Amino acid sequence: MKTSATKQLLDLYKEQSALEDYQSGVPRWCTGCGDNAILAAVQRLCRDEGLRPEKTVFVSGIGCSSRFPHYMKTYGFHGIHGRAFPVAEGVKMARPDLAVFVNTGDGDCCSIGAAHWIHALRYNMNMTVFLHDNQIYGLTKKQASPTSPIGTKSNTTPRGSYLDALNPLTVSLGVSNVSFIAQAVDWIPETLFDIVKAAYHHKGFSFVRIIQRCPEWLPKALEPWLQDPDRVQLVHHTDGIQLSPGLARVYKNQVEHDPMDIHRAREIASNTETIPVGILYRNPNVPCYEDTRHSGALRTAEAIRKNFEAELDKYSV
Amino acid sequence: MTTKRVSKKAGKKTCVTLKEHIVEIISDSGEGAQRCGQSLGSIAARMGNGIWTTEIIPAEIRPPARSVAGASGNRIRIGSGYVTNGGDETDLVVAFNEQVLLGRVNARELKPGCIILLENMWRTHSDPNIAKSYAEAYERLVKAGYKVYEIPMEEECLKLTANARRGKNMFALGILCHIYNFDLQAAREQIALTFGKKEKSVIDANVDLLEAGHKWAEANIDFCFQIPATPTDKKQISINGNTSLALGVMASGMDICAMYPITPATSASHYLSEAFEKVGGIVHQAEDEIAACAFAIGASYAGKCTVTITSGPGYSLKQEAIGLAVMAEIPLVVVNVQRGGPSTGQPTKVEQGDLLTTIFGSHGDAPKVVMAPATIEDCFYSVITARRIAETFNTVVVILSDASLSSSQQPFDRPQFQESWLAPPIDQSPVPEGARPYDWDPVTGIARRFIPGQPGGMHTVTGLAHDRDSHVAYDPDINQEGLRARSLKLAALQKTLLPPEVFGSEKGDLLVIGWGSTKGAIEEAVEALRAEGKKVSSIHLRFLQPMQPGIKDIMKGFKKVMTIETNWSDSPNDQLIDEDSRRYSSLATLLRSRYLVDVDCWTEVRGQPVKPRTIRQVLLNKLEK
Repeated sequence: MKTSATKQLLDLYKEQSALEDYQSGVPRWCTGCGDNAILAAVQRLCRDEGLRPEKTVFVSGIGCSSRFPHYMKTYGFHGIHGRAFPVAEGVKMARPDLAVFVNTGDGDCCSIGAAHWIHALRYNMNMTVFLHDNQIYGLTKKQASPTSPIGTKSNTTPRGSYLDALNPLTVSLGVSNVSFIAQAVDWIPETLFDIVKAAYHHKGFSFVRIIQRCPEWLPKALEPWLQDPDRVQLVHHTDGIQLSPGLARVYKNQVEHDPMDIHRAREIASNTETIPVGILYRNPNVPCYEDTRHSGALRTAEAIRKNFEAELDKYSV
Repeated sequence: MTTKRVSKKAGKKTCVTLKEHIVEIISDSGEGAQRCGQSLGSIAARMGNGIWTTEIIPAEIRPPARSVAGASGNRIRIGSGYVTNGGDETDLVVAFNEQVLLGRVNARELKPGCIILLENMWRTHSDPNIAKSYAEAYERLVKAGYKVYEIPMEEECLKLTANARRGKNMFALGILCHIYNFDLQAAREQIALTFGKKEKSVIDANVDLLEAGHKWAEANIDFCFQIPATPTDKKQISINGNTSLALGVMASGMDICAMYPITPATSASHYLSEAFEKVGGIVHQAEDEIAACAFAIGASYAGKCTVTITSGPGYSLKQEAIGLAVMAEIPLVVVNVQRGGPSTGQPTKVEQGDLLTTIFGSHGDAPKVVMAPATIEDCFYSVITARRIAETFNTVVVILSDASLSSSQQPFDRPQFQESWLAPPIDQSPVPEGARPYDWDPVTGIARRFIPGQPGGMHTVTGLAHDRDSHVAYDPDINQEGLRARSLKLAALQKTLLPPEVFGSEKGDLLVIGWGSTKGAIEEAVEALRAEGKKVSSIHLRFLQPMQPGIKDIMKGFKKVMTIETNWSDSPNDQLIDEDSRRYSSLATLLRSRYLVDVDCWTEVRGQPVKPRTIRQVLLNKLEK
């Protein structure tokens, strides 16, 4: 095979990334835990997109899912319970050049960190967020979470949980400045990857709720949906997720939905009988807080000095 | 301590020469007494006088008009030389109504025989209740021995403006400029500066009122004062502590301040939002205190050290995040402008109640650096120092200011900008092969921090116990090693500190130890007692953790040692209080435990700065005991 010298030279400089370039350590999640599927999809994304490991930061809170950064060979910030969003916002504000990801769980995001979640949506900073939603507290050993379906038996709710589950999708879609909402499930890796990829490519706060299994504490909770493919609703569009023929054959419950249509998105999101999978909302026109706040003024020593002297002049006596 | 003698003349009058005077201007809020007071302070500073201004702030934004609790205004201590604190009681007060004045009388803030310049429009008010309460208050004040002058401020101002309520403050300023023999031209310039953002007509209208007040006083007031100035050739600025902190943030080269509104800290962020953002700085108002701290930590982690500014309740909320910054060794500056506590406490009042919670706060052993500025000038430099310490030692530095420093104004030498104050650029160089993110130095505990963007430095910081590679540690020895390293950093910093300077002799009967905003008042009391031959000295600690060296040696030179603080301590006079039950003040507790010296304490939590006269009496009692 003949190749031009130019192409050969270009190939020589083209960096080839391998999955191993993004892998760190052996995950300590349980066998069958949905976190493993998310990790695989995200490592594949990094490889395919050729993300520079030193320019990539994964920020997490506390919980099973928040161990995620430890398994990435990038920069990582495993912080405190519920506060992944403000930490990630600080990272992005200081360093818009970094690719920022957030891994958070249903307890971390929807309970202890709920205030930050609402405001993170509103700030719409350019970052990709994975809500690992297994509907239970795992690391603390089985307590009901805000997304546990009513009646969930757990160590704090031995007679079944008392409240209806919070729906992270409808909550998110109710916040002003929301710009990207999608849902995936851990047992359809193909769409999981497509959604992760679309989320990464959206400029703004890309919020992906991933419904995942917890084989340790709620092994049967998602059985009805796993057993009956019709209870998964594939949301597709030319501007959203496209369905492969194989997928379309298995999952016949499909709906075409324009991701710009927020009202329809809210309707689809409200569906609890079936699990919608796909991009529910995407609006590339919402401004990002970091762009709004960075004035572009150069922070040279000279500029700082001049400004400082001008301020002192005001207070001279 | 006013020495009177008759000399200079203002117009036809003969002025009494004073060493110092304390002036108050009070009104309902919204009537501009604060602006009048601030302007008077700045004019005095322009004349070369020393000043210390203190804000009088009601707890509510719009308290009911003419209410005893609603006094809003300013208190200015004007001196011949450098003034270090707010001093004792007030010598002269201008009041826009008698009710706010009664509030000050009840609080025992006025000196016996104090001169009162009182707006007299209420005497003939159409509401008979108001007219009656005015007349009664007037009688009460005269009977109490105050020298009350009724001033037709409203009537005079109406000659110049339709809205006399808004203009009265400048009329009062004119009166005061006459009384204190201040140069009218300096006053005009100050007004132009104060209203600099407004159009010329506004400035002119205010200058007219100023001149009218001055003229009226010339014709109608039969006394005047001269406080000789000692001008300095050095350029000076006059600001309050929060502005000083904010200027420090700007001069330290930090890029980001994350905050949540809380009294009395917020004005620092107001100022930064205005001034700092002109050169690309960012003030992020977060959704809550925890988020503000976490945001600052995230920004620090990925770039230059950042600052979060708060007060007591907000400081409590930040505790877990502060522990994370300590554990992950992320530089961070936290400013706590202390107010009265616990809980919501006294939001606008001064207290030094957060010292122990700052040192021991956050769960587990979370060693952090704690500094306390003692003057307005200190507020500025402490931020620059804090930023540098935070980035050198990769740790949290807390600056404990307080409500008194935050709103008090004092002139000091104009800082000469140095490029070395600025944070260095973010290190983006490749990390050497084999380098580890927590390669703790065995002696100092310091490790080089890897910043995102540095090739080869990838690791995950964590609040979990971790080893030198930042891997989660399951080995008990590793936890021991990590805690040791983080603690050693404080010892390493401690070795660079200088001993505190002794104010007075190095030997004597009594050593007073203070920290924070009480410095001026303590030293004034000590100086007065020394002038009477008492063997009293003082030291003032600027670092509370780690503590400066040499303190024990200094204490050895004295028979007795005590602290003066504005936080709680049990009084030995209470029936149940004895050596077994007494809770000592914060600094005394620290000194007793560290140096095994019987350090006594005296404190008060009245929400006001401690007066030099009060301290003087306390020290006398201690000497006699």
